[in-house]
Amino acid sequence: MSAQHRDRSRAAAIAPFLWLGLFFLFPFLLVLRLSLSDIALAVPPYAPQLDLSAGVDGVREFLAALDFETYGRLGGDRLYLAAYLSSMRIAAISTGILLLIGYPIAYAMVRCPPAARRALVLAVILPFWTSFLIRIYAWIAILKPAGLLNAALGAVGVAPLNLLNAALGAVGLAPLNLLNTEAAVHIGLVYAYLPFMVLPLYAVLERQPAELLEAAADLGCTPVQAFWRVTFPMSLPGVAAGALLCFIPMVGEFVVPDLLGGSQTLMLGKVIWTEFFANRDWPTASAVAVALIVTLIVPLTLFQRQQQRLLEGGR
Amino acid sequence: MDPGADGAVTDGRLNIGAIRSSFAPWEDPAAEPLVRFEKVTKRFGSVTAVNAVDLAIYEREFFALLGPSGCGKTTLMRLLAGFETPDEGRVWLGDNDLSDDPPHRRPVHLMFQSYALFPHLTVEQNVAFGLKQQKLPKGEIADRVAEMVALVRLEGMERRRPDQLSGGQRQRVALARALAPRPQVLLLDEPLAALDRKLREETQFELMAIQQRLGMTFMIVTHDQDEAMVLADRIAVMQAGEIVQVGRPTEIYEAPVSRYVADFIGDVNLFEAAAVSAEEGETRFAGPDSPGGYLASTDEGVVLDGGLYLAVRPEKMVMHLDPPPEGPNRLAGKVLDIGYLGDWTTYVVGLESGRTVRAARANSARLVERPVGWDDPVWLTFAPDAAVVLTR
Repeated sequence: MSAQHRDRSRAAAIAPFLWLGLFFLFPFLLVLRLSLSDIALAVPPYAPQLDLSAGVDGVREFLAALDFETYGRLGGDRLYLAAYLSSMRIAAISTGILLLIGYPIAYAMVRCPPAARRALVLAVILPFWTSFLIRIYAWIAILKPAGLLNAALGAVGVAPLNLLNAALGAVGLAPLNLLNTEAAVHIGLVYAYLPFMVLPLYAVLERQPAELLEAAADLGCTPVQAFWRVTFPMSLPGVAAGALLCFIPMVGEFVVPDLLGGSQTLMLGKVIWTEFFANRDWPTASAVAVALIVTLIVPLTLFQRQQQRLLEGGR
Repeated sequence: MDPGADGAVTDGRLNIGAIRSSFAPWEDPAAEPLVRFEKVTKRFGSVTAVNAVDLAIYEREFFALLGPSGCGKTTLMRLLAGFETPDEGRVWLGDNDLSDDPPHRRPVHLMFQSYALFPHLTVEQNVAFGLKQQKLPKGEIADRVAEMVALVRLEGMERRRPDQLSGGQRQRVALARALAPRPQVLLLDEPLAALDRKLREETQFELMAIQQRLGMTFMIVTHDQDEAMVLADRIAVMQAGEIVQVGRPTEIYEAPVSRYVADFIGDVNLFEAAAVSAEEGETRFAGPDSPGGYLASTDEGVVLDGGLYLAVRPEKMVMHLDPPPEGPNRLAGKVLDIGYLGDWTTYVVGLESGRTVRAARANSARLVERPVGWDDPVWLTFAPDAAVVLTR
């Protein structure tokens, strides 16, 4: 290998780290530094400030002035804890629903003839061709009291709408009032994240040799038993990948709860937005964001390990 | 079953030869076959994979389906396993008509060519898979698994997963898994194809020993004639969805019924011939390759007509470096090619008629006084009983 070639391959190896350092690590450090600043309802600069002209002493002084005041505030106010728990709960429930819907879809896709399979994979990613924001706006048109859903239900003539509304905890009687409820958030999240659940499941299911099902049948399994003894346990890496791929970003989701959830739905993404832009308390907003990332490190690490195993298993 | 009943156990070891030489239920008209294919036909679209096959397999038999790829042998086996249902005809196991039963209700297990081990389960769990499905008590499952693991010599590997095993070990797990629920027939789909030659030969003998020890009925599908010859009590040779000959390995080799069978099993030289006169037990033939004609032993009468073939195996050709006396079964030519295999040498001899024949000689002496070289003139002869008369 020539020296030039070696240099080039070294540069190629560094490139991803450079990218991550520039566009992830550096902004994250900025946010981290903000979260350790003094609480102030204003735009930057925030105290303390780094005075590089004072040399090492300046750095020392700066570091000494950083504190965890903002984090103390997070612990003190019940609102933040409630938002954390509510975010986790909503993300967890939506992940469950996504699994229940996504698994049968992925399973059915794998059972299709190869040509149809390719078309279906395309169909799953087709929504990405339009803006996420527009698609969520479209749901407002569907879910609002005088929206498409109620028009359709009215046409079919659904009587026990009151019962449904009561169950959903929505105010008022018929028509069905879904918009600005937690149910609407679940609908929006499930809709938006379905491809992230279906594709990893499809990937593991598609890789399963059909012969394993024949072997299971040969050894006495009915098709249903073969599913639970072979197909499902073998697809668990995909289940884990899909669940984490959806759960992690859903915890911090902002657009869906903001547009569909109304004021009642408490989610972290909205809290961060409110702190940044409504309260203009950037240090506290940064602290919420950092706390979220730290909380998500656990599932992220799990996801990483799962991916590793998936890769090794796929040799 | 106790193989000792046949008086075949000597010094505590199984004498497979003794059992096999006395085993021929297909010659007993009173014997009931275990598996019976009755006019079974299977089509895939416009292709007839299996065409009106009749076949009987007996209990404790080691039966081989032999043929090139695409001859329908795998389909025939899958019809017995239940992965295919016959378009016509019936498949019987004893007195039960299996034809419409799904695979999970058939007491017949298959060892897959790819082994199809469950990658998410350990060796132990793989072997126990069928037993759990039979809802056996836990203790019995554990006993049976331990017995099977010992049978295929995988002790110490129980907790490993398939991807932590070698090819040979996986093959044995697949065997143990299929054997554990004690199927009435064990089907083996090219079971040794993925193993290297040395391991394949060892495993062949192991398979035979296991089959005898368990007293089970095995049906193997293979395209490897050596494998079929070594393993099987009887071989069915298949061609284009039909069974062309069923018989013991020696019958198939020494008395093939057609040019196809003769050519598929081992090497063979085929000579066009026309029967000209018949005598007691012998028939004279004329043919373009031998100026002196041919003389072949024939038990049954041969129609005095052309369009026949004489089949002679290369190892039954006798090679002479000096001209033998004139007469029938005498071919003259020169050596075109020599294939030295160590134990055998194969010579390709070009005849004066222009065609080539093969002759094989065992290298029984280390040094030969007059080694045969390329372009040497040689003469080939064969005994009248070395030739098989084929009509098709």
